[in-house]
Amino acid sequence: MLLKRLTEAAGLPGIEDEVRNLIREEVKDLVDEMRTDALGNLITFKKGKVAGPVVMLAAHMDEVGLMITYIRSNGLLSFKPLGGVDTRVLVSKKVLIGPDKIPGVIGSKPIHLQVPSERRNAIPLSSLYIDIGTENKEEAEKLVSIGDGAIFDTKFAEMGEGCFKGKAFDDRVGCAVLIELLKRDYDLPIYAVFTVQEEVGLRGGSVAAHDIDPDLAIIIEGTTASDVPGISEHYHSTSLGDGPAISLMDRSVITDRRLVQGLVETAKENELKYQFRRTSFGGTDAGSVHLTKEGIPSTVISVPCRYIHSPVSLMNINDYETLTELLDKYLQKIAKGGF
Amino acid sequence: MKELIKKITEAFGPSGYESKIVELIKNELEGHVDEMTVDQMGNLIAHKKGSGKKVMLAAHMDEIGFMITHIEKEGFLRFTNIGGHAPYTLVGLRVVFENGLIGVIDSERVDSPKDIKFEKLFIDLGAKDKEEAEKLVRIGDVCGFYNPTVVTQNRMVGNSMDDRVGCIALIKVAQELKSSPNDIYYVFSVQEEVGLRGAKTSAYRINPDMGIAIDVTPTGDTPNGHKLNVKLGCGAAIKVKDNSMITHPVVKNFMIDVAEKNDISYQLEVLTYGGTDAGAIHLTREGIPSGTISIPTRYVHSPSEMIDLNDLDASIELIKFMLKEDISKVL
Repeated sequence: MLLKRLTEAAGLPGIEDEVRNLIREEVKDLVDEMRTDALGNLITFKKGKVAGPVVMLAAHMDEVGLMITYIRSNGLLSFKPLGGVDTRVLVSKKVLIGPDKIPGVIGSKPIHLQVPSERRNAIPLSSLYIDIGTENKEEAEKLVSIGDGAIFDTKFAEMGEGCFKGKAFDDRVGCAVLIELLKRDYDLPIYAVFTVQEEVGLRGGSVAAHDIDPDLAIIIEGTTASDVPGISEHYHSTSLGDGPAISLMDRSVITDRRLVQGLVETAKENELKYQFRRTSFGGTDAGSVHLTKEGIPSTVISVPCRYIHSPVSLMNINDYETLTELLDKYLQKIAKGGF
Repeated sequence: MKELIKKITEAFGPSGYESKIVELIKNELEGHVDEMTVDQMGNLIAHKKGSGKKVMLAAHMDEIGFMITHIEKEGFLRFTNIGGHAPYTLVGLRVVFENGLIGVIDSERVDSPKDIKFEKLFIDLGAKDKEEAEKLVRIGDVCGFYNPTVVTQNRMVGNSMDDRVGCIALIKVAQELKSSPNDIYYVFSVQEEVGLRGAKTSAYRINPDMGIAIDVTPTGDTPNGHKLNVKLGCGAAIKVKDNSMITHPVVKNFMIDVAEKNDISYQLEVLTYGGTDAGAIHLTREGIPSGTISIPTRYVHSPSEMIDLNDLDASIELIKFMLKEDISKVL
């Protein structure tokens, strides 16, 4: 299954090779042109039948994770987060390090030795390390290097009623939607861009948009669903199973009103579920894309995912499929009547 | 002047929703510029052609505001901020939507004013339940402060002085400037309050030789206020630095020289926080020498921002005299 392969692959910010290679194989026969730019963005193009408007669809390949920063004399590894990882949940998680996927465990002082104040607080990053089961620095260096990335060792699985669990739904679910859309044909010229380094500052999207200079951009994301206990309803942001979430505003962009309106109308016309993203936290590639050159009308549409930026998250298959259908219909609509 | 200030500051235009301001400004500029364009982001770019180097003057149209994120069963609206607000200042204020609908902000019960955060606040439209509220607004609708602009002595108080007063300065300059050796672009920018966004794309488009932002700046002249040199009523503020830019020395000295030469009252401004459109302009493409002329304003980002009309006049004079100089000789 495509989503399983995408989410289980490694793709940390700046080290997206494995995901990129996987996607390249997946789409090479579907597109008219394909290239990888200097920063590592995978830019694919389907000519379509009309001259414009030129559409850029983008999803980021990178996921949050860790980078090895130091190998201690006892063979334990120090690390720093790559992107906004919830560091409170790191302890005792399994990770896979570097291109050879060396298994490691995030360790810390066991509960027996903790003083009461340590037990009450989340373990700080500085007290955590990765244990790869080597006795000393020399042995460890045979397996890993400083600068290697570490991904969470999380297996993808179906669970409950139409839900998936796995890592990196933010934003492999967007990559999966893009691949699905590339399998279909549209009249519009479409660039489907798989970007790098979104999690560390919307970096790949910025240069890809400069290169393409499209007439409009739609960013596909996996976004936070906080419809969980302890959070009042007006802070849910999005809810699992209520359909794809259309963004109105986040910290990086006020989305283009015409595009938002177009998506809403398309959803209504086709009786597809949708919801608005009801908080303004976070940023997306739209933040850098819409400010490119003279300005590019941009919007964001997301699959709601619970527990993102942690080792495991949860999503609903219907939200994913509805998002794909909604974009499919919207692209057809733009081809007929503009935006 | 006072009528113009009242009209432009009271109009609706939170970040991303500036189209009403565009229309008002267009009317004022008609006949005074050669060309007016609204770009993809919504920036109004007014071009007064000249044979010399390109000068971009920018004042932002947007004001801080709020966006509705959720409608409660009982009809209350939850919202998020557009731009920088201090949540504890919002309780009891009135807001207005694009269609004129009015609401009141209040807070859930809290133990201490410190606990007043956005998640505790709500807007009451007077609707009796969700059903009635949904007929009036929908998620994503935007509102701004509702507060009529008033004259107090030689000063004026209103909620969108930041930066409509800068827009008014540019309108006046465009109306009054008879001739200039420079090629002038008056940019009325969008989305400054959420990250200098409109200035970034319009500067890329224009690619000017010099950029000047006209914006407001806070003063240090109120009881136990910020330690700032700028005082209300003491003239146009020539910015030396803020968090978004260190003013290009050539531009700074040019502004000072023009003020000195023409007896325009001015003061130097070093702001330890904040930023203006010049922050985005000066980093465009290969870099653009830029500066900011600030209009001193008390209580910035509150519903009662206060300006002094003499400062506004001084700023207008300073801009006009700068534009009369041939900037190719300055750069």
